[in-house]
Amino acid sequence: MVNNKKSSKPVIEIKEMHKWFGSFHVLKNISLKVNQGERIVICGPSGSGKSTLIRCINRLEVHQKGDIIVNDTELTGDLKNLEAIRSDVGMVFQSFNLFPHLSVLENCTLAPIWVKGLPKKEATELAMELLTRVKIPEQALKFPGQLSGGQQQRVAIARSLCMQPKIMLFDEPTSALDPEMIKEVLDTMIELAETGMTMLVVTHEMGFAKKVADSVIFMDEGEIIEQNDPNNFFNNPKNDRTKLFLSQILNH
Amino acid sequence: MSLETYKPGSYPNLPPPIGTVGVYGWVRNNLFSSLSNSLLTILSVTLLYYLIVGIVDWFLLDAVFDANSKIECRKIDDGACWAVVSRRIGQFVYGFYPEVERWRIDITFFAMFIAFAPLLYPDLPKRKFLLWFSGIFPILAYLLINGGYFGLSKIEYNLFGGFMLTLIIGVTGIVCSLPIGILLALGRQSKLTVVRTLCVCFIEFMRGVPLITLLFVASSMLNYFMPPGTNFSILVRVIIMFTFFSAAYIAEVIRGGIQAIPKGQYEAADALGLNYWQKTRFITLPQAMKISIPGIVNTFIGLYKDTTLVVVIGLLDPLGIARASLADTKWNGLSIEVYIFVALFFFVSCLAMSRYSLWLENKLNTDHK
Repeated sequence: MVNNKKSSKPVIEIKEMHKWFGSFHVLKNISLKVNQGERIVICGPSGSGKSTLIRCINRLEVHQKGDIIVNDTELTGDLKNLEAIRSDVGMVFQSFNLFPHLSVLENCTLAPIWVKGLPKKEATELAMELLTRVKIPEQALKFPGQLSGGQQQRVAIARSLCMQPKIMLFDEPTSALDPEMIKEVLDTMIELAETGMTMLVVTHEMGFAKKVADSVIFMDEGEIIEQNDPNNFFNNPKNDRTKLFLSQILNH
Repeated sequence: MSLETYKPGSYPNLPPPIGTVGVYGWVRNNLFSSLSNSLLTILSVTLLYYLIVGIVDWFLLDAVFDANSKIECRKIDDGACWAVVSRRIGQFVYGFYPEVERWRIDITFFAMFIAFAPLLYPDLPKRKFLLWFSGIFPILAYLLINGGYFGLSKIEYNLFGGFMLTLIIGVTGIVCSLPIGILLALGRQSKLTVVRTLCVCFIEFMRGVPLITLLFVASSMLNYFMPPGTNFSILVRVIIMFTFFSAAYIAEVIRGGIQAIPKGQYEAADALGLNYWQKTRFITLPQAMKISIPGIVNTFIGLYKDTTLVVVIGLLDPLGIARASLADTKWNGLSIEVYIFVALFFFVSCLAMSRYSLWLENKLNTDHK
């Protein structure tokens, strides 16, 4: 999968970033550059800090040392900057986190209306367009509790896209799904990748990584162990820990 | 039947066996499932029959609805002597509010239903228009009940009493304590230490002190703490105390609701860029309030019934009127009738609240429609 159209301007730049939970050092000296339109898959054993890493990018987790620069804005405690960055960075969660008291459509229009100040009519049109793109426009007036897991996750993707973000973060988007629903969500993500969206995806779906990723990152114990293009990453891993991890998840 | 064979995947949907569903099934399963159960059913029905006949006789069939005194009642029949209530119904409803002015209370009472309808039923037609009326209703009610403006004669607070007093204290307390309770609950979760400490102190103090104590403070001491020259009437002071007292409870109930919301909800709201007030208004409160409905209504019902405590500081709530009626030599000894009547009033009001809350819970349930 070679894509030459990617610009070389980094939209996310992480420089020597560290994070602790109390006295536990969860992220150690992370440096990472993500260019416009780049798709990065992050994998690694549980507890390796991969979710924490992408949650630092929209400051759901606060890092203690180093810099994170998103869209030329450095992440600090400044609320104005933070809200601006968050409306540019969409996130999809493992447990969907749809708002259960709002209809699917209201889930999608809430933030565009109140954060971006979009008129209700436009927000609704945009939401319907994106719900059509994730192939569930007919569910717009239902509540999240009435949908299947796969449908809920597709709504969550549409909800994030309604903010017209420049970057999408996916935190194990298929881990809470029944096997027969994983494909519909992955298909949606593949389609999204084809539109040129910058994506950071934490997942164990190696098929997805091979198909879509420009670059695969392996993390263990809070460190980036190895980063490579998918071809080299899967066929020619350099680090022993990467080899062990790949053998564990690919041979069963 | 069981001998029939079907190809895989073509087994039809069969009805359940006869006698397990419907009225017949229910009766058989619940009332006559075994010999001992059947005996118990027959015994209970017999007992219930005698009990109900006795109650109906006393309450209605043998009851006397109008007479001049208890002795006259007893001469007519041996059931309940409701005359004590019917002869003093005016006092039970209005206290000592002047008879010629009681239409003002009646109008306020009916206007109250119109004012509450759009608040309680979100799907009401013309709701926006009616909400305006809800907004001005408190002023309207104050002017009508209190008087002193527009040619309405001013009525002193010490003439208020009966169910009207219960409703004034109860409804005002309920309406005011909900928003204060919400603010206290949010304040208690605040990251600002000063706000949080103030809210915690207020809540803990109000919950830690018996309501009667607060009422005595309201009746005797509160004016010492007020700036000189201010003089709230005793009724206003009592309403303030009731409001604060129940706001503290409401705050804790809502805090429970807020804490029951999964962390993911806040993360999703944060990730979408919503700020604190947007998050509170659209995500936190709607969900927290829905979870808290049973607890909130529980607190409201408690407050409503606690209004009877004002009798200890000399306000004539229905129990005060009841006591006054029983002190009359003509009606001496009819406490059962009088207290049953008062109890019935409270029971009906509280039942209405609890039914409404059930209806609302059902309406807001979005899980499996």
